[in-house]
Amino acid sequence: MDSAPAGRPDIAGTAIAGVLLALAVVILWDTTSLQLTTTYGIGPKAMPYVVAAGLVVLSAGNLLLAWRGGFPPREEVDRRAVGLILGGLAALIAIVGLGGGFIAAATILFATTSAAFGRRAILIDVAIGLVLAVAIYLTFDKLLTLSLPAGPLERLL
Amino acid sequence: MDALNSLLQGLAVATQPANLLFALIGVLLGTAVGVLPGIGPALTVALLLPVTFKLDPAGSLIMFAGIYYGGMYGGSTTAILINTPGESASLATALEGNKMAKAGRGGPALATAAIGSFVAGTIATLGIVFLAPWLVEIAVRFGPEDYFALMCVAFITVSATFGDSPVRGLTSLCIGLALGLVGIDRLTGQARLAFGVPELLDGVEVTTLAVGLFAIGEALYVASRRNKQEDKLEPVRGSLWMTRQDWLRSWKPWLRGTLFGFPIGALPAGGAEIPTFLSYSTERRLTKYPDEFGKGAIEGVAGPEAANNASAAGTLVPLLTLGLPTSATAAMMLAGFQQYGLNPGPLLFAERPDLVWGLIASLFIANTMLLVLNLPLVGLWVRLLAIPQPWLYAGILVFATMGTIAAKPSVVELSMLTVFGVMGFVMRRFDYPVAPVVVGLILGPVAEAQLRRALQISLGDPMVLVQSPMSATLLAIALVALIAPFVLRGVSRFKTSED
Repeated sequence: MDSAPAGRPDIAGTAIAGVLLALAVVILWDTTSLQLTTTYGIGPKAMPYVVAAGLVVLSAGNLLLAWRGGFPPREEVDRRAVGLILGGLAALIAIVGLGGGFIAAATILFATTSAAFGRRAILIDVAIGLVLAVAIYLTFDKLLTLSLPAGPLERLL
Repeated sequence: MDALNSLLQGLAVATQPANLLFALIGVLLGTAVGVLPGIGPALTVALLLPVTFKLDPAGSLIMFAGIYYGGMYGGSTTAILINTPGESASLATALEGNKMAKAGRGGPALATAAIGSFVAGTIATLGIVFLAPWLVEIAVRFGPEDYFALMCVAFITVSATFGDSPVRGLTSLCIGLALGLVGIDRLTGQARLAFGVPELLDGVEVTTLAVGLFAIGEALYVASRRNKQEDKLEPVRGSLWMTRQDWLRSWKPWLRGTLFGFPIGALPAGGAEIPTFLSYSTERRLTKYPDEFGKGAIEGVAGPEAANNASAAGTLVPLLTLGLPTSATAAMMLAGFQQYGLNPGPLLFAERPDLVWGLIASLFIANTMLLVLNLPLVGLWVRLLAIPQPWLYAGILVFATMGTIAAKPSVVELSMLTVFGVMGFVMRRFDYPVAPVVVGLILGPVAEAQLRRALQISLGDPMVLVQSPMSATLLAIALVALIAPFVLRGVSRFKTSED
């Protein structure tokens, strides 16, 4: 991405201002749907209104920064690396959600993350991730009796 | 001499074998995570919260305090040996420390950092012993409106006053406050911002937010700019012992650093970066060897390291006496208290003196352990830095997700973790401070409850906020702290600390 010189609006900064405004709208919309209860002082609606108002003001402040070149210069993003890590997290969520168990999920996350940091020996990393995940599972599930989700691999242990 | 009596009783608690063991685990873990880049004490406490849930509160709080102190120690090792500070608070140490290591004086640099940290930590912990009971006596008379005003001060100083950009700091704070709204309102039972999702009714878990922001956000950020940086590990050369001249040049910076660190840490001003840079510039001005600054002057390591540790101790004062966290690690420790149903504050000093004073006494023990362990084990810590970066971050992510999976193995919770990770990445990329988000999430609901309680007592009269002299003064301070950075643009050049 370009580091916006002063005088040219920063697109990413404008987007951040937009997200803040959207968040304020969501809070306002949710708060108006609350049912009123009569209490002394202020009810559960006051704080959301204050926060939403703050977000609107700060959205304007961020927009001002974005249009005046107030955002810091940035390096180019390594999209492949970010994509690999997010892909690994998505795989982890899917595996845990579908009952694939902790070990498989953690192994895949380990392999994709080390690939994101530039490793190419994917099979070795899968093996290391597997050993680490099994070790964590045995320590925490058997020794400390914390429940980690079990899948086909965990039932073998 | 009440304080000394309480401290002696605390020592009896802290020297129980189990608690000594917890302190030892804490300082070892803390040093390790302080040394490793990409993982700091706040994240470590966040990861340990689900694991320690079933342990004895005194033991695990002693461990958390050990992690905090150990993290401050470990950060200096990384700063000196590879110019990439493990903690933001070690930035100043890296300036001279890395130059010393390059000049073959890595040993004395590590030694002055370790001994300076010990001296500062001990003095500052004594400061806690005498300051805490005095503050508690004042805090006993606080009404809900005073607490609300105090939290306003903390919100503003943590986010706006000392940051690079007050707008960015306040944005972070507001996001944290918005996240704090999620869930069932404690006073009326109304669900806010839950959108019918059962997982959201309990509110946003502090650990999920912290782990997402600190672990996943950091990993994404480092991966996204991986090609740009090159770390070079300097071998520890030369004797670890300081010469007579090193001692003579170190002891004054240690004491001055402590004087900067403790008060700034104890005020709700947040962050160890300000005192470390103040100490650095002071030493630079006062030194008799101005030529050496920029080439490896020992004063530039001794002062900031002492300031760093003293401010870590200082942040425990508002945390223990008022329940007010002023750094991300302190915020995670507050979450640690809360998971046992304990609320730090004057009441806790009255109800659980064994726990509070045991914790304070254990700080002396942790500090001594760090001094004894750190220098002989420096070779071991350095070896941690040899872990290849891909495996280090892959391991961090596996542990980070494991904590959440163990606490709540739901798709919603893991998705929130990922969203917070992306948020942390964007915030780092665009230079938004992260600590105010965590402070906002933890303190926001407390501040709201205090405000509503104050207005219930006054039957809805908002004048109660300015009728109490304490509350009026604090609100005025908050207002000044909010406006000042806009008026005095460019005066505060120091970045807010994130750990």
